[in-house]
Amino acid sequence: MAGGEKPKFAMYWAAGCGGCEISMLNIGERILAVDEAFEIVFWPCAADFKRDDVAGYPDGWIDLCLFNGAICSTENEEMAHLLRRKAKLLVAFGSCAHEGGIPALANLTTREEVLRTAFLEGPSIDNPRSLLPELHCRVPEGELEIPALKSRVRTLDQVVPVDYAIPGCPPEPPQIWAVLEAVIRGAELPPPGGTRVIGAGHLAVCEECPLAKSEKAIERFYMPHEIVPEPGICLLEQGLVCMGVATRSGCGALCPKVNMPCRGCYGLLDEVEDQGANLVAAIGSVIGAGAAGQSDEELERRIEAVIDTLPDPAGTFYRYNLARSLLHRARVAGDGAAKGGAK
Amino acid sequence: MSDSYEPVIVGFLCNWCSYRAADLAGTARMHYAPNMRAIRVMCSARVEPQFVFKALREGADGVLIAGCHPGECHYVEGNIKTLRRYYLLKRLVRQLGIEAERVQLCWASASEGNVLAEAVNRMTAQLRALGPLRWRQTVLSEDGEESAAAPVAVAKEV
Repeated sequence: MAGGEKPKFAMYWAAGCGGCEISMLNIGERILAVDEAFEIVFWPCAADFKRDDVAGYPDGWIDLCLFNGAICSTENEEMAHLLRRKAKLLVAFGSCAHEGGIPALANLTTREEVLRTAFLEGPSIDNPRSLLPELHCRVPEGELEIPALKSRVRTLDQVVPVDYAIPGCPPEPPQIWAVLEAVIRGAELPPPGGTRVIGAGHLAVCEECPLAKSEKAIERFYMPHEIVPEPGICLLEQGLVCMGVATRSGCGALCPKVNMPCRGCYGLLDEVEDQGANLVAAIGSVIGAGAAGQSDEELERRIEAVIDTLPDPAGTFYRYNLARSLLHRARVAGDGAAKGGAK
Repeated sequence: MSDSYEPVIVGFLCNWCSYRAADLAGTARMHYAPNMRAIRVMCSARVEPQFVFKALREGADGVLIAGCHPGECHYVEGNIKTLRRYYLLKRLVRQLGIEAERVQLCWASASEGNVLAEAVNRMTAQLRALGPLRWRQTVLSEDGEESAAAPVAVAKEV
């Protein structure tokens, strides 16, 4: 920044869907202010810089790097290490970099199973010769090498130290802008040290949600396509698995405001170590079945009957955060995973 | 390692019933498996599912949650809430590839030292048959990627 030079900006896309890049562009015409304030030195989605350009930069030369996507391959890992070395501020941008995101659901199964689903068994797959990617292959021009998948998907900060995280799938444009604007203005960010969450709130989504809340006693769960919710009333009370109770605010409760249950993308709250476990606590205790005076068998039958209406609890509660959970992944040799289901 | 394997059970005992049951088992000099490390909590409903996962990750082979019988909770229906969470938690436990026997719930009133002792004996035998869990060493270190940068890296490989 010395000598009137503009601060250097980088953005990288690892194992993610690209929604973070779109959300970045959704800050609208203020993207011009970003271009004005920063010198873009690496942003594969938007500008033509290559990995070798970055490798040639001096260490610590990039002022701000927004890193989106989880770490699922050797390539993601290499870029994480490279960008950590080159960037002063490395920010885990979005759910995948911060908590593993949707890619981390692969941690419920094995790498082999993931490859089989993606290349052989997916309903839209047309692969008559049953070809699977090979790490090395010979072509007339020489040997090609592709990155290897790691055995589990990790968050960015499980691979390199990270300064800040901006949560969300994707982060909401006003939150992105608030952070960029603070950096441009030279405002003081929270003291670094561990992964500090910026660009989000510190309360649960329920605090931002305008729906009327009262006593909850869920007699059965519904998938969003199974009911048309009553307007104006808490979705969890109506049996929709709304995860706002254990999800960080900052999105403005966008989903519940349009009658879609919160999917939990803003991630775990401060002081929480495992969002999925917290959802078990919050949603489990408002199951409206079981009362004193019933026999143990009857209690079990009644409570299990309600839980039976909630398919795939692990995939639901850990939708965005399995890599960041206490256990990180499933143990696939164990009985539940071998049978592939919760029951 | 496996011939000297002794299962470690982390037991969360509620202050009003099950901890007193453990106390009674002790003062009555009942002999039972010494494999449970007891942690007193005010109510079984105080046991967050996070505690269970953390215990399993940090080296426990199983977790026992013990509380008052339904209808006898000091906080009226804390144990009913525990039960609801427990059945939901068990679904996650199974999906995460952990055998059902590794997370158990039992009711033991303050006069039922024998019930608690039997639950610990039974669970110890089940865990002995299952073998050690060793989550960090077996599940997380497949390709040696439990990185030094991981904010949760606490335990050393032993």
